[in-house]
Amino acid sequence: MDTFSFLIDGFALAIQPANLIYAAIGVLIGTAVGVLPGIGPALTVALLLPVTFKLDPGGSIIMFAGIYYGGMYGGSTTAILLNAPGESASVVTALEGNKMARAGRGGPALATAAIGSFVAALVATAGLAVLAPYLVKIAVKFGPWDYFGLMLIAFVTVSATFGSSPLRGLTSLAFGLWLGLMGIDQLTGQARLTFGVPGLLDGVEVTTLAVGLFAIGEAFFVASRHLYKPEKPIPVKGSIWMTREDWKRSWKPWLRGTVIGFPIGALPAGGAEIPTFLSYTIERKLSSKPEEFGRGAIEGVAGPEAANNASAAGTLVPLLTLGLPTSATAAVMLAGFQQYNIQPGPLLFTQHADLVWGLVASLFIANVMLLVLNLPLVGIWVKLLKIPLPWLYAGILVFASMGTLAANPSVTELLLLTGFGVVGFVMRRYDYPIAPAVVGLILGPLADSALRRSLQMSLGDPMILVQHPSSAIMIGIAVVALVAPFVFRGLAKFRQDED
Amino acid sequence: MRNYFKLGILAAVVGGTLGLGTLQASSQDLELTIMAPAGAGGGWDSASRSMQEAMMASGNAKSVQVINVPGAGGTVGLAQFIGSAKGSSNQLFVAGITLVGASISNQSPVDLTEVTPIARLTGDPLVIVVPKDSPIKSMDDLLATIKKDVATTIWVGGSAGGADHILAALVTKAAGADPSKINYVAYSGGGESLAAMLGGQATAGVSGYGEWEGQIKSGDLRALAISYPEPIEGIEAKPLKAQGLDIELVNWRGVFAGPGVEGADLDALKSAVEKTVKSAEWQAILKARGWTDYYAPSDEFKAFIGSETERVKTILTSIGLAN
Repeated sequence: MDTFSFLIDGFALAIQPANLIYAAIGVLIGTAVGVLPGIGPALTVALLLPVTFKLDPGGSIIMFAGIYYGGMYGGSTTAILLNAPGESASVVTALEGNKMARAGRGGPALATAAIGSFVAALVATAGLAVLAPYLVKIAVKFGPWDYFGLMLIAFVTVSATFGSSPLRGLTSLAFGLWLGLMGIDQLTGQARLTFGVPGLLDGVEVTTLAVGLFAIGEAFFVASRHLYKPEKPIPVKGSIWMTREDWKRSWKPWLRGTVIGFPIGALPAGGAEIPTFLSYTIERKLSSKPEEFGRGAIEGVAGPEAANNASAAGTLVPLLTLGLPTSATAAVMLAGFQQYNIQPGPLLFTQHADLVWGLVASLFIANVMLLVLNLPLVGIWVKLLKIPLPWLYAGILVFASMGTLAANPSVTELLLLTGFGVVGFVMRRYDYPIAPAVVGLILGPLADSALRRSLQMSLGDPMILVQHPSSAIMIGIAVVALVAPFVFRGLAKFRQDED
Repeated sequence: MRNYFKLGILAAVVGGTLGLGTLQASSQDLELTIMAPAGAGGGWDSASRSMQEAMMASGNAKSVQVINVPGAGGTVGLAQFIGSAKGSSNQLFVAGITLVGASISNQSPVDLTEVTPIARLTGDPLVIVVPKDSPIKSMDDLLATIKKDVATTIWVGGSAGGADHILAALVTKAAGADPSKINYVAYSGGGESLAAMLGGQATAGVSGYGEWEGQIKSGDLRALAISYPEPIEGIEAKPLKAQGLDIELVNWRGVFAGPGVEGADLDALKSAVEKTVKSAEWQAILKARGWTDYYAPSDEFKAFIGSETERVKTILTSIGLAN
């Protein structure tokens, strides 16, 4: 039980008063930048690097970890309250979370997000401590063909889950995929669909699309309805805390979200988006009240938020064991390690065991701090919803545009944001689901390069996708998930005809 | 730039809280802005921020601010810099060989010959590796494998047209094969391509030595050669030149001023950078980051940019990424 004695040593390091203070500063800053749009944890850590240069390595890395986790917590707050997901991993949270907030259940939504994140991060951090060295061996075996299979599953489940019909879901997905093709092709370095606009060379920013479709589109839609039927959000209905039923409906999604989020986050190209979407789909399928989905189902917040935070812990697996940063924040944290002449990688666990376990222990502590910090804030946040509707939406418009511009100050970006707002309005008006478009933009480029890398490695032979058992199984699941609903419906019709 | 402003306050508050305010008395009153044409966390960003740190700590500038303008391999930032820094006495730009390649393969209307070279700073060796259980034991084995069948020799490395891709093409050419037939699978960086190497999905891989150092030292990857012209202390793999291949490629980074900066303005920038590079602070940063000193003063750097641009263009044309 080496792991546990190491972990106890780690707690001894993390519990030192100075390190506790660093962790507290980290989670405070992290929550702040998570709530403010346009400033991500990556930029924050980069800006703080020179400041922390004179700290001891343990202290500053503990602080960075606090910022990382704190940012994840803060990001969900704007998604729930303002329907403006500040980062792509919070897109799913906005779906049900904002509906809950407007039905007067913002308190329980924020609480289930905070507690779910806590539970997930706790379990996943334990997973990190125990499983990291083994998980990483499996993760590197994940070839481009496997990634392609995983993307296919995500595409199919997402377009089948959201919206009133799979066809509407697929249409929305196709829009996202088209946007995803824009920009410099990673494999050849050539520009695609950029129409000579330099601002498009890096493709469409996910947050621009998400904020445009969700927040701006929503504001347009509300404005267009306002004269006829002002639909006023209810600030608070019932308790602002979770009821017994909320707890009952939340705990299983928390755990399922964690189980989905952690391993996918540990994949070198896994990310936080796929697990959140998969978790949403699964919760919707398993829910005892599927009719509440789309109107504010607590499971749809609990599961994805847990998946989001579990995957954040997952990305530390390749970072610590391979020195492989799989997110921008992880990349900056890697720079933080290097600043002290510490190279994360296969030797880190043996050469700097004290540091690794100190970090793991402080992640536990950061989690407790975040929960203590966030639960009391819930009461303050929900007051935002008491703001009169025109003011609130005007505020959302300003807030959303400012955040997008802060992340990428250019005219192209503002035009894109407005354009997506109009598209979001039209999609809402004609009942097309919005989430698949965002999924298409996030996963399209990944699926594209995964497929082409596979074909490049097989010299153009498509059979490579089914020759590997793992990818063959995943592609099989995707095909079944796409075809099965149609077949069952056909069979049902057939039986009815017989009767 | 609102976010930088807000975060500046944030950083200052935190700095204050930690008792680490970086205010220092400075002998000069240069107030500089350094543009890193890439996002936070990348090589140019960390070079810019290290420059910032060293310039302020060594007292060669009063204040230095770093801004990130990511996009299109740095060409978006470069275009913006050429527009905004024309004749400016207080703006610098950090870039490297990848930007030379990106300007060519993106058919960007601007390139590095249009800005004013101040100094070449660092030059990191690239490394060529194979998986640990590969039958390829030496550069000669690798060359023979390429010559036998160039298409089934799968290379992995960083972005298309970048330094890694260029080195793979040079090696392919040296093996006597047609570089336009090279099977190079581009990944977004050393991290993702590392996973492909460890997973045994590729024949050979190219990356910055520092990025894969851990795996090379632990024996998970076998280093065949480095691309630096001379042996480097602490690196076991021999240079390609020492192994009979006339190939030299260094992932250099340098600092530039805007177009049309001359006279006293130019001299002030040159001297501030030169003094910084020679300071103990900068040397300590190089050591901590594992960067190799590759300093060249303005005039030498200018000639180097010209020859490097020509060379990269020739190679990219031979692999079909430029015409």
